[in-house]
Amino acid sequence: MQSQIDPGAQGQTGDRPLIAEFRAATKRYGAVLAADALSFGIGKGEFLSFLGPSGCGKTTALRMLAGFEVPTSGDVFLDGERVTDVPAYRRPVNMVFQHYALFPHMTVAQNIAYGLMQRRPRPDRAEVARKVDRALDMVRLSGFGPRRIWEMSGGQQQRVALARAIVNEPKVLLLDEPLAALDRKLRREMQIELQTLQRQLGITFVLVTHDQEEALSMSDRICIMRSGRIVQAGSPLALYDQPINRYVADFVGKSNFIDGVVSALSGEGGQIETASGYRFEGRVSGVLAPGAKASLSIRPEQIDLANSAHPGAEPVTVINRIFLGEHTEYLVRHAALGDLLVLVARQAEAAAGSFAPGAAAFVAWKPETALILPQD
Amino acid sequence: MRLYALAVYLFLYLPIAVIAVFSFNAGRHASQFTGFSVQWYGKALSNPFVTEALWTSFVVALSSALIASVFGTMAALALQGMKGRVRMVADALIYVAVMVPGIVIGIATLIALVTLFGWINPLLARLAPEGQAPQLAMGYGSLIAAHALFSMSLVIIILRARLAGMDRSLMEASADLYAPPFATFWQVTLPLIFPGILAGFLLSFTFSFDDFIIAFFVAGSETTLPIYVFSSIRRGVTPEINAIGTMVLAVSLILLVAAQLTLRRGIKTGAQ
Repeated sequence: MQSQIDPGAQGQTGDRPLIAEFRAATKRYGAVLAADALSFGIGKGEFLSFLGPSGCGKTTALRMLAGFEVPTSGDVFLDGERVTDVPAYRRPVNMVFQHYALFPHMTVAQNIAYGLMQRRPRPDRAEVARKVDRALDMVRLSGFGPRRIWEMSGGQQQRVALARAIVNEPKVLLLDEPLAALDRKLRREMQIELQTLQRQLGITFVLVTHDQEEALSMSDRICIMRSGRIVQAGSPLALYDQPINRYVADFVGKSNFIDGVVSALSGEGGQIETASGYRFEGRVSGVLAPGAKASLSIRPEQIDLANSAHPGAEPVTVINRIFLGEHTEYLVRHAALGDLLVLVARQAEAAAGSFAPGAAAFVAWKPETALILPQD
Repeated sequence: MRLYALAVYLFLYLPIAVIAVFSFNAGRHASQFTGFSVQWYGKALSNPFVTEALWTSFVVALSSALIASVFGTMAALALQGMKGRVRMVADALIYVAVMVPGIVIGIATLIALVTLFGWINPLLARLAPEGQAPQLAMGYGSLIAAHALFSMSLVIIILRARLAGMDRSLMEASADLYAPPFATFWQVTLPLIFPGILAGFLLSFTFSFDDFIIAFFVAGSETTLPIYVFSSIRRGVTPEINAIGTMVLAVSLILLVAAQLTLRRGIKTGAQ
């Protein structure tokens, strides 16, 4: 697998000028390659996410940008300046830490003022107080300045950490799994808030997360990472609709995979043949040759579930049904193809009726909604 | 089983209680309590030998505790930055230092200092003009050095625990907010470990103030309070000695409780 794909597949920074750039940045811990010749740019004002499982190198990339890790080789640029060896305290970036790292011996206001107070010559106290108040306002914590950190709830601490970073007006705001410690409802709220804040401030946000929903809902562009490399970068929509391999399709959204080999290729389309002799048509995404191992990827919402046979439909048995509100998720079993996940919208289910576990049903999908992907 | 436990506690604390009670005895004899009085406290504190010994103990305890706190903190911070086997060996050596019997430390320090003085004194005599050479000898210096050396391991052990429990990302956050390393130390690390340093200081003070064994070997012509008590006991236990003992006990207990409280408070404020 190659890491440096053509610029089109890397995703564009749009018309934005670059605010940060990695040039073949490599980080090695002994035998482990945490970052493998990372090369890509981050556009000014962009909301970029690094998405991947733990150990994929996303945090290392962020820490190289913050100045906590010095690349073993290669370079890091910030706003046109080479900062590879510049220590963290001289970089115009700020970070929101995973566990917030708020100073427990200071008040909320003192925490937020910390970055401003390090400037030399020391800024005017009234000016600092004004900026702190404005930052508190921005994260909807007005009046909480004199509070102690341990008097704040988890969600409030998260906001303080955010205010402590944005008050310095950094060129890039780095977010290291900032919402991981929050409960689901609060996380959803903060996602919207972060996005709004980013638009208001126009600051470049770089987010590290293993939560695909978080990345999909907030980012302008996502870098999917594996083993210290960027597998694919692009807009959430592009990654969802045109993943270049099975790994990306699996990481972005839910998908069903049917393994086989490429039996035919024609322009955009192709055909895959499974070990049990089934043949399926689909669009080809990524680089494939005839005879190569491939997977057919079908999104759960693209599968139709019907109670009567029709041409092209496959018989299945319903295993499980989970009601999710606006959707119902079915797990169905096919004798040869294995288990498939099917997402049925509320209206569709209302029209066609629901299926109880154990019931027989038929699944079908349009060939153009299925993707034939390289397995790796 | 309960009776057994009671016996243990009686055995431990009865002698101490007797000393405390009889320090308030009006009569001269330790065998019978003839009435309540604080006259022996007055007598003890107006005895110039006692006040001098008390002053010596105080100066030695304060100086050695200060030295131990400063160098112990530095050592603990340096150990925190070390890795793997070196750190393990250093940690082990510090625990061993606390467990070595006082008598061994006393003799070892005595021999080491005597040998050292044996080398340095002739050198000084040669360098200085005839008859004016300073002579290094046992005294304040050796007392402070020996106590500081022992107390340092107490400070290091307390601070290592505290540093290990500290979130490393706090230091990174400080650096991320433009504070250079020294500013980070001053504004984040030091305030967070300060309760530990203070507790270490108080424990060191208590240890030095009470110590007899090490002091006995290296005090030279100086008399600390425990040495004074020991030497006057040879002339018989007087209520005056009881009063001194009770005072030392009170000071030690107060400092120990203070050390515990600062540590506990520190843990609360240091918690995430």
